[in-house]
Amino acid sequence: MLLRSPRVSISEFEAGTGWQLKPEGACRGEVCIPLSQPPGESVDVSRVAKELGMPLVAAPEFGLWALGPASIGSRALASAQAPDLRLPDLSGQEFRLSSLHGQKVLLYAWAPY
Amino acid sequence: MWQALRNELHPKGFELVTVGLDTEGAAGCRAFIEAARPEHPSLIDRHHVLADLFGVINIPSSVWIDENGMIVRPAETAPAPPQPDGKTSQFSLPADLPQRFVEIRAEAAKIRKDTHAYHAALRDWVERGAASRFALPPDAVVERSRPRDHAKALGHAHFQLAAQLEMDGHHDAAVRHFREAHRLVPDSWTFRRQAWSLEKVGEGPLARFWQGPNPDASHAWPYEGDWLSDVRKTGAENYNEPWRP
Repeated sequence: MLLRSPRVSISEFEAGTGWQLKPEGACRGEVCIPLSQPPGESVDVSRVAKELGMPLVAAPEFGLWALGPASIGSRALASAQAPDLRLPDLSGQEFRLSSLHGQKVLLYAWAPY
Repeated sequence: MWQALRNELHPKGFELVTVGLDTEGAAGCRAFIEAARPEHPSLIDRHHVLADLFGVINIPSSVWIDENGMIVRPAETAPAPPQPDGKTSQFSLPADLPQRFVEIRAEAAKIRKDTHAYHAALRDWVERGAASRFALPPDAVVERSRPRDHAKALGHAHFQLAAQLEMDGHHDAAVRHFREAHRLVPDSWTFRRQAWSLEKVGEGPLARFWQGPNPDASHAWPYEGDWLSDVRKTGAENYNEPWRP
């Protein structure tokens, strides 16, 4: 997840990382990692990143921070529950994967190169 | 090709969501999407969040998700649907193809594609849902997803940073972070192909497929590998992992 500030809103954090911030901790599906402090209005990314084992790379000269994914269980997926992918279409309209609940979905990755 | 399959399976409660992984965004993807005229969601992923969130390491690949939002097959190679007329490419190639493309095509022809097994499994899942033996239980899905340690996760962060630096016009800084991503995530083809494709050689639609040193200025190539060398080193037959039922 890419950041313009080391603090982000809870919804940005959840969309960017796939982890939901709940009273019991950061959760993905049935997997919850307790956090030492519940996040308030916004998330202090460096602290939460450390607790979830997410690497943070800073390029402050460009005003950019990049948060790598969690590596819980040494696998790309911590849970089989699909994160609520949010991406734009060609016109910039945001699509949410959860809008297809109730259908079978084949998510297909391609590239023009 | 996928559009026709999607239209056939759509009445059975199936939807296709295509995601173009490209730091160049809509500018890079538009011509392909408009040619395909999709009736399904067709998205743009400039930072390769599909790598972070689903463990995608190559294209084309797929993730199957059931009606309850549970992944039933993690990221795996997704061959194009079988074509009855044997047609494979929607693009015609120029007659005076540079030697590099002749060699790329020869290697690409050796890439393993388990088309029949994959598509038979897909149809079985669409018909039978959870009763299909190809729909994996949650533990198997997690277990089969890509291995990822902290070093790899760090490589993903470098990739995201590189993608943004490229978009912001800081190409040299982007190259440094792409190189770190390649070093830390050596099994990701998309991280390499994306970076290589940004070093365009020539003009037109093939410029991004060159993915290697410009023969007129090979010293300027900023990466350790390139498509042709890396595929030959790996062996084209190992480029895709064999499909597992």
